[in-house]
Amino acid sequence: MAVRIVLQQADLDRALTRIAHEILESNRGADGLVLLGIPTRGVVLAERLAAIVGRIAATEIPSGALDVTMYRDDLGRNPVRAPQPTAVPEGGIDGKTVVLVDDVLYSGRTIRAAFDALADLGRARAVRLAVLVDRGHREFPIRADFVGKNLPSSARERINVRLAEIDGDDAVTIDGRDD
Amino acid sequence: MRHLLSTRDLERPEAIGLLDVAEDMAAVQEREVKKLPTLRGKTVVNLFFEDSTRTRISFEAAAKRLSADVINFSAKGSSVSKGESLKDTAQTLQAMGADGVVIRHHASGAPQTLATSGWIDAGVVNAGDGTHEHPTQALLDAFTLRRRLHGRASRGRGLDGTRVVIVGDILHSRVARSNVWLLTTLGAEVELVGPPTLMPVDTSAWPARIGYDLDAALDEVPDAVMMLRIQAERMHAAYFPNSREYARIWGLDDARFDRLPPTTMVMHPGPMNRGLEIAARAADSPQSTVREQVANGVSVRMAALYLLLSGERGES
Amino acid sequence: MRESHLITGATLPNGERADILVQNGLIAKVGTVTDAAGATVVDGDGLIALPGLVDLHTHLREPGYEQSETVLTGTQAAAAGGFTAVFAMANTFPVADTAGVVEQEASLGRAAGYATVQPIGAVTVGLKGAELAELGAMARSRANVRVFSDDGFCVSDPLLMRRALEYVKAFDGVIAQHAQEPRLTEGAQMNEGALSGELGLTGWPAVAEESIIARDVLLAEHVGSRLHVCHVSTAGSVEVIRWAKARGIDVTAEVTPHHLLLTEDLVAGYDPRFKVNPPLRRTEDVQALRAALADGTIDIVATDHAPHPVEAKESEWDAAANGMVGLESALAVVHAAVVETGLMGWADVARVLSEAPARIGRLRGHGGALVAGSPAELTLYDPSAASAFDLDRLAGRSTNSPYLGRTLPGAVVATFHSGYPTYLDGVLRPADEVAQRAAEAREDAHG
Repeated sequence: MAVRIVLQQADLDRALTRIAHEILESNRGADGLVLLGIPTRGVVLAERLAAIVGRIAATEIPSGALDVTMYRDDLGRNPVRAPQPTAVPEGGIDGKTVVLVDDVLYSGRTIRAAFDALADLGRARAVRLAVLVDRGHREFPIRADFVGKNLPSSARERINVRLAEIDGDDAVTIDGRDD
Repeated sequence: MRHLLSTRDLERPEAIGLLDVAEDMAAVQEREVKKLPTLRGKTVVNLFFEDSTRTRISFEAAAKRLSADVINFSAKGSSVSKGESLKDTAQTLQAMGADGVVIRHHASGAPQTLATSGWIDAGVVNAGDGTHEHPTQALLDAFTLRRRLHGRASRGRGLDGTRVVIVGDILHSRVARSNVWLLTTLGAEVELVGPPTLMPVDTSAWPARIGYDLDAALDEVPDAVMMLRIQAERMHAAYFPNSREYARIWGLDDARFDRLPPTTMVMHPGPMNRGLEIAARAADSPQSTVREQVANGVSVRMAALYLLLSGERGES
Repeated sequence: MRESHLITGATLPNGERADILVQNGLIAKVGTVTDAAGATVVDGDGLIALPGLVDLHTHLREPGYEQSETVLTGTQAAAAGGFTAVFAMANTFPVADTAGVVEQEASLGRAAGYATVQPIGAVTVGLKGAELAELGAMARSRANVRVFSDDGFCVSDPLLMRRALEYVKAFDGVIAQHAQEPRLTEGAQMNEGALSGELGLTGWPAVAEESIIARDVLLAEHVGSRLHVCHVSTAGSVEVIRWAKARGIDVTAEVTPHHLLLTEDLVAGYDPRFKVNPPLRRTEDVQALRAALADGTIDIVATDHAPHPVEAKESEWDAAANGMVGLESALAVVHAAVVETGLMGWADVARVLSEAPARIGRLRGHGGALVAGSPAELTLYDPSAASAFDLDRLAGRSTNSPYLGRTLPGAVVATFHSGYPTYLDGVLRPADEVAQRAAEAREDAHG
C-alpha cells in the first residue's frame, strides 16, 4: 500500500484562500454569509474559511457546525454512528446564504442529508457547497460550488484529510493499492 | 447496543456516550422543528403490562420525534390480561414486524426474558420491570444531574465526586436500583436512606452507603436529594406504622428543605405524593428538577431508541 | 421359568468385584458365578452395582395433571434414573387424601411395572391445612400408606401439626413436612439475600424454613413422634436438625440433588428452569448440606421430581412454575456433589439413596443389601461416563431439567426391578414388555 501526499500545508492554505475569494466574489461581498461545517473536519475547515473571508472582507463571518448523522439514508447499513453536535451561529440561517463546508465530496449522500438537516433549521436564501477535495464517484446530482482540488480517484483508494487542529498537521494524502 | 435492559451492565463509556447523544437530542428539542427523520420506517411497540401514562407518553414522544411508527399495546383489557403468555404476545409483535419493543412489566426480569428467549428479533428497552430496574429513568436522572452541574460543558463527562442521597422505599424501587448502578458507574457517591424495613436485607454487594437517618445524610450537604414515591399499600404490610410517621422521619419537609443550600438539587421520579415524601415548597422550588426530569426523559429515550434501532441489527 | 440375568464383574458398594445372578425375582448369587447357563449376560465391568434406588419424594402428577407426568411416564423416568421405588406425593387432583385415591395410584404403578409406586397420603383434606385427612383409612388401605405430607404446602398451623404427629403413631406413620412459614414467604421468588435484592425478586428467607423445622422438632419431641423434613435447603436448617438429633428427637431429613449442586447465582439470568421451591441457596448452604449428608445429619437424598409442561416454564420468572425434574439425573448429580468431592463413598450413596429412604418410608422389599436371597432390586451405574446431560437422558413426560447442557460425571446403565430389567444398556425397556414382566412376577409371588 502506497501513501502519496497530494496537498501539503502550503497547498492547503492556498486552496482555502482561493475558495475564500471565490465565496466573496459569488456572494458579491460578505453580507448574509454563514459557513456551516459538516463534522468532523468540515467544522475546522469552516472556521478557517470564515477567518480568511473575514480578514479579506474586514468583517466577522459567522461559522458553525451542521451534523447530518440523523438524516443519513445509510444508518441501517452500518454500525450505529455517534452523532456530533450541531451549532448554528446566533442569528440562525433564515434569509442567509449558507455555505456548507466539508473535507471530501464523494457520493454526495452526506450533502443530500445536509439539505434535509438544514431545512429543519430554517429557510436559507441560498445554499452553496465548498469542499477541500472532490474525488468524483457521485451518486446524486450534486456539484460543489467551490473546490480546493479535484482529485479523480479509484473507489479502492482512500483519501485522508489531516488538519492540524485535529490531527496535528495539515495534509491530504491518498492510500492507493499497488495493483 | 442491542437492548437496554439494565444499568447494571452499562460500561462507563457506553453510559456517557448515551448521555452525549441525549444532549444532541435535547438540542433538537429546542428547535422549532422537533422531529428527526432518523427512524423513518421503523416500528416501535410500547408494550405496557402496567399502567404508566407518564412513561408511555415519554417513550411515545421520543419515538415519534425520531419519525418511528408507534404502536401502543396496553396489556390491560387485552388478550394478555386473559391469560395470553408473554411468549404469545412477543410472537404477535414479531409477526407485526416490530423493530423495537419498549416493555413495562410487573415481573422483574420480564424484559430480559423477552430479549433472550429467541421469541423476537426486536431491540428491547426496559421501561421498568417489577422491582428490578428502570434504566431510562436513571439515565434521565444522570442527564439532569450532569446538565445542572456542568451545563454546556456536559459532553463527555461523568458525575465524578457528585454526592447523591436517595430516600425512601429502596426495597421496592427499580428507580433506586438503576440509579445505584448508573450513578456509581459515572463516578458519583450514592447513599440510600429509608426505614430498615424498606431496605433489601443484604446490600453488601451494592456500591452504596446505607443509612436510616435522613437528617444525618442531609447534614453532609449532598449535591442532590432524590425522593422516591412512597406507595400507600406498603403501610398495610407493616413496613411502617402510618404516613404521618413516615413523613416526619423520612419526608423532605419544609424544615429539612430549608437546611439545604440552594446548590442542592431536589429530584423526584414522579408522580409525587406532596406532603408525604416531599413538601410542596421543596417540590416547587428552583432547586427542584422535577420538570426538567420530564423534559430530559424524552431526550434520553430518543438517545436510547436511536442507539438501539438506527444501526444495522444483529451486532452486539 | 423367567429370564435370568448374569451381571459379570460389577463393583459392589463396598468396592469388591463380583458377579451377580438375578433369577426368579431374587438375587440368586453374589460372588463368582460359573453355573449360569441360559442367563442373559450383562457386562458389569467398570460399573457400580447399587441396591435399587428409592425416592421418598416424587411428584407423579396423576391423577389430574397428566400433561406433566403420569404414573407410567414418571416411573419410566424413575427406571432411567436407577430407581426401583418411588413415593408419590399427594398433591394430585383429586388430592391423595382418601383410601380410594392412594389405592388407585398404587395399582397404576403395579400395572406399569417400572417401579414400586408407594403413595404418600395428604395430612389435611385437600392440602388445605384446615382438617386432618383420613390418615387411618389410608394407612389401612391396600396402599399401606406410612408417609403423610402436604408437600407443596406447609402444615403451618401448630396445633394441626401436633395432632398429625400424634395421630400417625397409631400405625407407625411419619409426617413429612414441607417447612415453609407461609407469611414469611408471601410472593417469594428466590433465596433472600444480596442477589434477590439486586434482581428485584421477592426473597424466600432461610428463616422461613428454619423456624418451622425448629418448631416441628420440638413438637415431635413433646409428643414422642417421628418427623421427616422434606428438602432441607439451608445451613441453618442443618444446625437445627443436628441439634434435634443430638437431643434424641426422632427426626429424619432429606436434601434434593439440586440443593447439593446448584446455587442461587443461576437465577441471575431469570431462566425459569432454575425456579424451584425451596429456592436454590448460597454456596455456603450447599457446602453445609453436603457435609450434613456425609455426617448423617441429613439422612437421605430425595429428588422432589416435579415435572411441568413447557408452557409453565416458558414465561417471565414470576409467572413460571416452581420445580425441576430430577429422577433421571439424581444419581449422577449426587456423584458430582458428594462422591467426586471425596465426601462420600458408594456405600454411603447406597445408604442415602436406597436403604435409608426405604426404612423411613417403611417400604418392604427395597433398600436391602445386594446379597443372595434378597429381592432383585438393583441399579448399575457407570461412574466414568461423563457427558453433557441432554434431552435423550430424560424419560419422563416433561423436560424441565436444570442440568440440560451441563456435564454430569456418570450415567445409569441398567435398572432391575422385581428381577426384570426396566432399563438396560442405557435404554428404557418397552412398556408392554415391562408390564408383561410385572404381571409374571406377581403371578410368581402368588403362585
